[in-house]
Amino acid sequence: MDILVQQVVSGLATGGIYASLALALVMIYQATDVVNFAQGEMAMFSTYLAWSLLQAGLPYWVTFLATVAIAFVGGLLVERIVIRPVEGQPILTIVIVTLGLLVIFNSVAGWIYSYIQKPFPSPFPSKPIKIGNIVFGAHDLGAIGITLVVLTLLFLFFQYTTLGLAMRAAAQNPVSSRLCGIRVSWMLGLGWGLASAFGAIAGMMVAPVVFLDPNMMGGIQLYAFAAATVGGFTSPMGAVAGGFLVGVTENLVGTYVSFIGTELKLTVALAMIIIVLLVRPTGLFGRTTVRRV
Amino acid sequence: MASGTGGATSTTERASDAAGAPRRALAARPIGLAAVGMVLLVAVSLPFAMSNFRLFQFTQVLTYAIALLGLNMLTGYNGQFSLGHGAFYGIGAYTTAIMIDRWDIGYGWTIPVAGIVCLVVGFLFGRPALRLEGLYLALATFSLALAVPQILKYFEHWTGGSQGIVLSKPKAPFGLRLTEDQWLYYLTLAITIVLFVVAWNLLRGRVGRAIVAIRDNHIAAEAMGINSALYKSVVFGVSAAYTGIAGALSAIAIAFVAPDSFNVFLSITLLTGIVIGGFATISGAIYGALFVQFVPNWAQDISKAAPWAIFGVFLIVFMYVMPRGIAGFLHLVWIRLTAPAVSREQGR
Repeated sequence: MDILVQQVVSGLATGGIYASLALALVMIYQATDVVNFAQGEMAMFSTYLAWSLLQAGLPYWVTFLATVAIAFVGGLLVERIVIRPVEGQPILTIVIVTLGLLVIFNSVAGWIYSYIQKPFPSPFPSKPIKIGNIVFGAHDLGAIGITLVVLTLLFLFFQYTTLGLAMRAAAQNPVSSRLCGIRVSWMLGLGWGLASAFGAIAGMMVAPVVFLDPNMMGGIQLYAFAAATVGGFTSPMGAVAGGFLVGVTENLVGTYVSFIGTELKLTVALAMIIIVLLVRPTGLFGRTTVRRV
Repeated sequence: MASGTGGATSTTERASDAAGAPRRALAARPIGLAAVGMVLLVAVSLPFAMSNFRLFQFTQVLTYAIALLGLNMLTGYNGQFSLGHGAFYGIGAYTTAIMIDRWDIGYGWTIPVAGIVCLVVGFLFGRPALRLEGLYLALATFSLALAVPQILKYFEHWTGGSQGIVLSKPKAPFGLRLTEDQWLYYLTLAITIVLFVVAWNLLRGRVGRAIVAIRDNHIAAEAMGINSALYKSVVFGVSAAYTGIAGALSAIAIAFVAPDSFNVFLSITLLTGIVIGGFATISGAIYGALFVQFVPNWAQDISKAAPWAIFGVFLIVFMYVMPRGIAGFLHLVWIRLTAPAVSREQGR
């Protein structure tokens, strides 16, 4: 029983990271109907920037905020410079451009920082927290906390600010929004900026666990895809729920199904994606898209 | 590309256009045949003009060309994304390696078996993929590419785990006086030619038109009596079979397989190849193969990471300025050069 609770909590911790990245994917998907395949690599790159800032001697939380800000501006610039020219083109074109970004970020990170794994500090104490018989990692609890804070802020932003409303409007109905005077194209840019900032947070939360390395996001991005698919690409709340669900499932399956263990973790994500797409392509919380023929 | 209701008319136009095409194709035929002949002549004489290592690289070019042709059938002609064809390349390579190493079967037999295994796996994967459109298919295949190295490592008993399997290069049979690399090159060249001819015959006729019609407007295609579901999954299977044969040949040529060589970057390499070579073209497979084989080699001199940065930049730049790839660009130049002056005036 204790093991079960422990596994669920640590599943929720990784789930929070998947949720952040999945939310980033869903935000871009909602605004542009495109999945950003470079999301994970952008997050990895932001985490390297954070590492550089820490090496330069900045305190952790200053670095944290600075990295989020840099990632936001970076995401905005990537959208303005790289994605803008192919706006409105066939999906295949945009997917290929984001794949191009993926390999560029990956190789530039390897170029600058080398492919050797680096340790990345956690802002939380390394001493585990004991409640009754159950031991929790402080980093796990901290990561869950940060995810929840960020999600709340995001919810408030979209629900109660004019800019948030404008962004939702631009995603839902670009033509009418433009007629109302919303600069739709810039809203897309802002969406990319926010998504990139989220990715940066996810990266900084996961790096202490998996160590910093240019390929660290491969598996995590796959889980974020699984989370977004399970929750539904059309529902931000679904993506978050999907993230936690996928994180917990991953841990429980890894612990209790002996032939899977840790060696087939990625395959579990693949199986989840395919099963959801076959049984319920819209995900648990997504709405069905109706297309005119 | 036509979309919406316009697609129906464009498909019929395409069909009637194709009926008149042989007459025009006849005019261009001597030049086309001469070009193909020249390329074949160069390809056949290569082994006598270069070192074994260079030749080995050209064997790699040929295997890439087969894989790219397979992927292009699916993505270029049929409009189904695959970001995971590296997985089929890997399955083909491992089928061959396991048969040779564990069961002592002659390497010649393993190549068609690798093709058949991939045909079946591709067909089975293509079946559920029917229900996935565009982006979701891209996601599913991308996840496949991410998961495959792990699956290969898991079945350690068969695959040798992360150590991989070491093979030995086959010697030339029938007492031919060729080095191992020369023999492998000729074997690969022969298989490449056969597969290109098969693909060319498949894609220019009735079947090819059906495949393209499904891409352009699958509802209109179905209304015209094309069994879209069957075609799509068969194309998936055939495409996987081509890529699997390519994987098998590369396993024999490199004489080594390891799970991490079939990672997601291999899939991106293949996609880069068809983007650079040109979507929905047969000759594009060759340009793309030359690119993905030689450009990283040159770029490696700058830095270990440079080849990928260059791939990425080329992917993006080609999407901006040359979305139809090198083959599309050459075609455009050819039209410009051969079109009569009058129609060129009108064209402006």
